[in-house]
Amino acid sequence: MSTAAAPNYELLQQDGLETSLLEVSMGPHHPSTHGVFRMDVKLDGETVVDLQPVFGYLHRNHEKLAENMTYLSSMPFTDRLDYFNSMSNNWAYALAAEKLIEVEVPERAEYLRVIMAELTRLVNHVSLVGFFINDLGALGTPLMYAFREREKILDLFEQASGARMMCNYFRFGGLRNDVPEGWLERAGEVVDRFPSFLDEYEQLLCENEIILSRTQGVGKLSRELAVSAGVTGPMLRASGVAYDLRKVDQYGIYDRFKFRVPHTDGDVGDCYDRFMIRMLEMRESIEILKQALAGIPKGEIMGNAPRVFKPKPAEAYGRIEGPKGELGFYLIADGSPKPYRFRVRPPSLINLTVLRDMCLGGKIADAVIILGSIDIVLGEVDR
Amino acid sequence: MNELSHEPVLQQFPDAVWDEAAGAVILPLGQARAVAEWLLGQGVDYCSNVTGVDYLEREVKEKITNDAGKVETITRTEPSRIDVVYHLYSMQNKTGPLVLKQRTGRDNAEAESLTPVWRSCDLQEREVYDLFGVNFKGHPDQRRILMWDEFEGHPMRRDYTEPFDYEWEPTPHNEILEKHQKGKVIV
Amino acid sequence: MSILGGGIFKGMAVTLRNFVSSYFSKERLTTNDYSWRPDGALPQSIADYPKEEGEQLRDTTTVTNYSRNFPMLLHDGGEPMDTVRCVACQICERECPPQCIYIEKDYDENGKYIKRPAIFDIDVSVCMSCQICVEVCPFDAIVMNSQFELSTPNRFGGLLVRRDDLLKSNDYYHQIHPEEAAARDQKMAAEKAAKAAKKKAAGEKAKAAAEKKAAEAAKAETKEGAE
Repeated sequence: MSTAAAPNYELLQQDGLETSLLEVSMGPHHPSTHGVFRMDVKLDGETVVDLQPVFGYLHRNHEKLAENMTYLSSMPFTDRLDYFNSMSNNWAYALAAEKLIEVEVPERAEYLRVIMAELTRLVNHVSLVGFFINDLGALGTPLMYAFREREKILDLFEQASGARMMCNYFRFGGLRNDVPEGWLERAGEVVDRFPSFLDEYEQLLCENEIILSRTQGVGKLSRELAVSAGVTGPMLRASGVAYDLRKVDQYGIYDRFKFRVPHTDGDVGDCYDRFMIRMLEMRESIEILKQALAGIPKGEIMGNAPRVFKPKPAEAYGRIEGPKGELGFYLIADGSPKPYRFRVRPPSLINLTVLRDMCLGGKIADAVIILGSIDIVLGEVDR
Repeated sequence: MNELSHEPVLQQFPDAVWDEAAGAVILPLGQARAVAEWLLGQGVDYCSNVTGVDYLEREVKEKITNDAGKVETITRTEPSRIDVVYHLYSMQNKTGPLVLKQRTGRDNAEAESLTPVWRSCDLQEREVYDLFGVNFKGHPDQRRILMWDEFEGHPMRRDYTEPFDYEWEPTPHNEILEKHQKGKVIV
Repeated sequence: MSILGGGIFKGMAVTLRNFVSSYFSKERLTTNDYSWRPDGALPQSIADYPKEEGEQLRDTTTVTNYSRNFPMLLHDGGEPMDTVRCVACQICERECPPQCIYIEKDYDENGKYIKRPAIFDIDVSVCMSCQICVEVCPFDAIVMNSQFELSTPNRFGGLLVRRDDLLKSNDYYHQIHPEEAAARDQKMAAEKAAKAAKKKAAGEKAKAAAEKKAAEAAKAETKEGAE
């Protein structure tokens, strides 16, 4: 990049030398940006002076597509929003749509929903930790260990719903089909072996001096800024606010399970805190899973939702604690089989509000780590 | 979870209107920022969702009681408008939601930006500007966010038609397109 | 740890343990074990991959009997178009989210609609195997197959699967998805029995009503005759 004739560059005087700011586009094709995401960074040496995130490369206008399709037909598209956690996205949409009509979800379906959601949380957090450490430079080893565990859970999803990632399993009023025989025992086995895997993973990572020195003190987020910027999920809890929708809203049957919500004091909300909060949340998910698998009753899977889903004119906002934050669906119904307005509240996009604040003043390598710790998935940011 | 009541808002700002059907407070023109700051002082510190809804001009049938005392159905034209909807919660008190709406017309759509009050409105109001064309007064950085900068038009509007720049390639989809134009398949 | 680098050494112990035990324990292996093959072995040569035109044999389906990949039309044995269950009602065409199905009804010589599809095309380059067509079909005519070996060098029509390639027999369905096929057969039999019982009850009711009417008519006649 020539410094001579570019009009955007400011010429600085430093130690008697004429220098300028370097503008780098960490462009859409980048192995560390978790998808097609671009950051325009202005660098002074290696220090970040300005950072502008640019996205929209994966914009499929899901919201407008859903206005032309029936409610059921846009369920497969919600799988593809945050493509790591398709089960959670399905639940958020089913929750919002069930607020529009009065339908009761049977007990067994509620328990299975919680089981699927917590398995999804395990999948997401373990993949995230793997990718985060991958961005730090540990080329592949922790990621592959994480994916090994993820494979076991994806096998469970395939047996329950027919597809590994794009499950399309939830319906308004229940689930699509019951889990096959032996599934609960297999799920129990996976859940029983998970804590020892987590112990090993923590031994691999959590005392590693390289990780400690690269993530502690990096990307601090204060509590006030986090609340004002609408940050939710593990990022908010790492900044000191104990706000978990499973405890606040108590949607589904979460009020029956005993689990804790890990959060910090809020002194520093750095990348190390976010990483550790996710490790602790995985352990809490295992607690919930054990309780749910022990207490699941037999019974029906589908409540009596009408065959053609035509709600009366109303509005509903249904939200869940997704693994990345608060995933909400805002539906406006007008009496026809198609929604009038379908809005997805994407946690990844809102969490990106504070990216610039956290990265300014740090080094360029830290920007990659901070982006990794926010946990974005471009399918959700762009919809 | 506890409900966040809208009554205090209506008491403090008598121009605000409560819309029962939508369950939302319609903010009066020009006072949106004041309402937001007052709410922030009350502990409503988390703006969860900001979105826009487009309504074209349509005919609405209503049942009213006319002067003679009989119930009759009249048809009136509901003017077109764009709503900007805010869902607010309180993280301190763990209550919510409170729904606010700002109403504006479709030509020269303008609204007040609540970004100085809640930082989470920043990117979401940019998205409403990009996809609906609502100009937010007081927004620190209003530019297109999901579409590219030189794009013309506002895709989420109900009367948006796609420009004819489609690169044609022979695929079987054309038969579906023809069927749709004949009215046999609802797309 | 007091020594600098102690944490790294602990981590390397974990890596070593994983590396060594991946030779012995299936737990540590990062690839799936091939449990779908009857002998549990990996294919050793190209001859071990059985492949026939049209039907997919069980050995080449994916890991379990539960996975779904592109739809197929069911027929109940014999000549496919004689026993095809699809009546070309076009509900799946309307509900399909990416709009990848194209159906045309079949008409006989006089122009009357017969309950068969003349054209039933699925564009598998668009189909996302979401299963919505299976759910909304009122006749259990379309179900999910699990074939993934559909690659073709023909760019413009090779990925359009036509009606005759989509027709598969119910026995094949039992082979690839045994539990689901058994459940579906049971549901169809139960519905048929319920319908037959309802028809019988309606027939008996009509007979009883007709007898009552005849008795009343006879009574009115005798009354008239008496007067």
